[in-house]
Amino acid sequence: MTPEDKAIFDKLAELLGPFNEKGVELKPETEIAVDLAIDSVSVMDFVMEVEDHFDIDIPLNVLSDTHTMNDLVGVVKARVNKA
Amino acid sequence: MVDLLDKYKPLLERMHAVEQAGSRIGPVNERLLSPTRAIINGRDTILAGTNNYMGVTFERECVEAGKKALEEFGTGTTGSRIANGSYAMHEELERELASFLGMKQCIVFSTGYQANLGMMAGLAGPRDTIFLDADSHSSIYDGCTLSGAKLVRFRHNDPADLDKRLTRMENDGGGRLVVLEGIYSMLGDRAPLAEFVEVKKKHGFQLLVDEAHSFGVLGPNGCGLADEAGLMDEADFIVGTFSKSIGAIGGFGASNHPMFETLRYASKPYMFTASPSPASIATATAAVRLLKREPQRRDRLQANSARLFHGLKGLGLQLGCDTVSPVIAVKCEDETSTLVMWNQLLEAGVYVNIALPPGTPGKLCLLRCSVSAAHTDEEIDRIIALFSSVVASRNRVAAAV
Repeated sequence: MTPEDKAIFDKLAELLGPFNEKGVELKPETEIAVDLAIDSVSVMDFVMEVEDHFDIDIPLNVLSDTHTMNDLVGVVKARVNKA
Repeated sequence: MVDLLDKYKPLLERMHAVEQAGSRIGPVNERLLSPTRAIINGRDTILAGTNNYMGVTFERECVEAGKKALEEFGTGTTGSRIANGSYAMHEELERELASFLGMKQCIVFSTGYQANLGMMAGLAGPRDTIFLDADSHSSIYDGCTLSGAKLVRFRHNDPADLDKRLTRMENDGGGRLVVLEGIYSMLGDRAPLAEFVEVKKKHGFQLLVDEAHSFGVLGPNGCGLADEAGLMDEADFIVGTFSKSIGAIGGFGASNHPMFETLRYASKPYMFTASPSPASIATATAAVRLLKREPQRRDRLQANSARLFHGLKGLGLQLGCDTVSPVIAVKCEDETSTLVMWNQLLEAGVYVNIALPPGTPGKLCLLRCSVSAAHTDEEIDRIIALFSSVVASRNRVAAAV
């Protein structure tokens, strides 16, 4: 993990805090919806927080291919750099 | 082999928990006595969760129109609108609705859900972007997914947030469709349409307003939120349903766009399903005419809604929004207590909707009432009295503890 990836991962973990009611330990391979057992609306609400923090848009259809924390780090990184 | 249904085990456990609490989600109406009364579990029950806003389901002229259509045109059309399923009555209803709305064209769909599927998927394609309110109904989300468009979700009722997202997506190519609802089904709040229209003027996009809960209900002509706000010309597309104020089943999309009719040959949820049955179409047409002729029904609904809204507010209950609307949601503490209270209300003689996450915004647990023009003052007062004894008394006990 590059320092940039690590910084994004840490921020995502922080933003995910309020949604991670079971306190699941977050790793790069953690599947956000499945491992944290959070519903589809909560996933979208979490992504909205991510969008606002990084000032990017993550269209909902991109989310269908985004499962793990690592996937999301990749999506955020690509969109931050594009912006 | 992986069993496809295994993934629903947590859902099954949740439903078992509901049953253990003595409830069944979706209790059975054994007999309907009127638009506002049914026999449920052998008891005469006030219906306060049916979306039967105008109370037209037992109107003599609607019932007679349905019977006549059944006799003369049979039980079903057995085909799609683009095959053998277009009858004169389908086109007559489309003209009647267009005239009601003061719009040039109207397309009827077989259900309200399909109206949203058909409109989203018909209007937007993979090169377009749909901006949808975070609290949009499931049929909007599903229609958006079906369209293959890029989907951007903006914060509920927040024109500034939409503005920001449109700015970020500027020069993205493709068309842009913004989707709002007249009255949001869970909390009863309305889109701040005038402010959204300001954003429309700034960015330029096409606007669709889903008037499912507001058609027949809001506005001087009963056309919905756009009518109430005096902004009918700004709504490029209006969607509505027959399963609420019209008391039948089906839905529609309407527009002044000169190419709107093309959707009949481009929208799969319109093309690849049987057209609505003759009885459904005939009852819907009769109901649209009735609503046009009897605007006082809207006044009655407004008075009934205000009576329930202020009655529940007077009990100190937390409601879904601050505006009087026929959707009145009471916020509850958690899933377990909401289930218990919902069950107690039903046993005491009133049916309301129970709404739980993820079907609600912000993980809210709600006891949701929908008011009808057909409710009597006595029925509204009885609903308030039961909320007082079941819900407010529980809060008082909780506060004392």
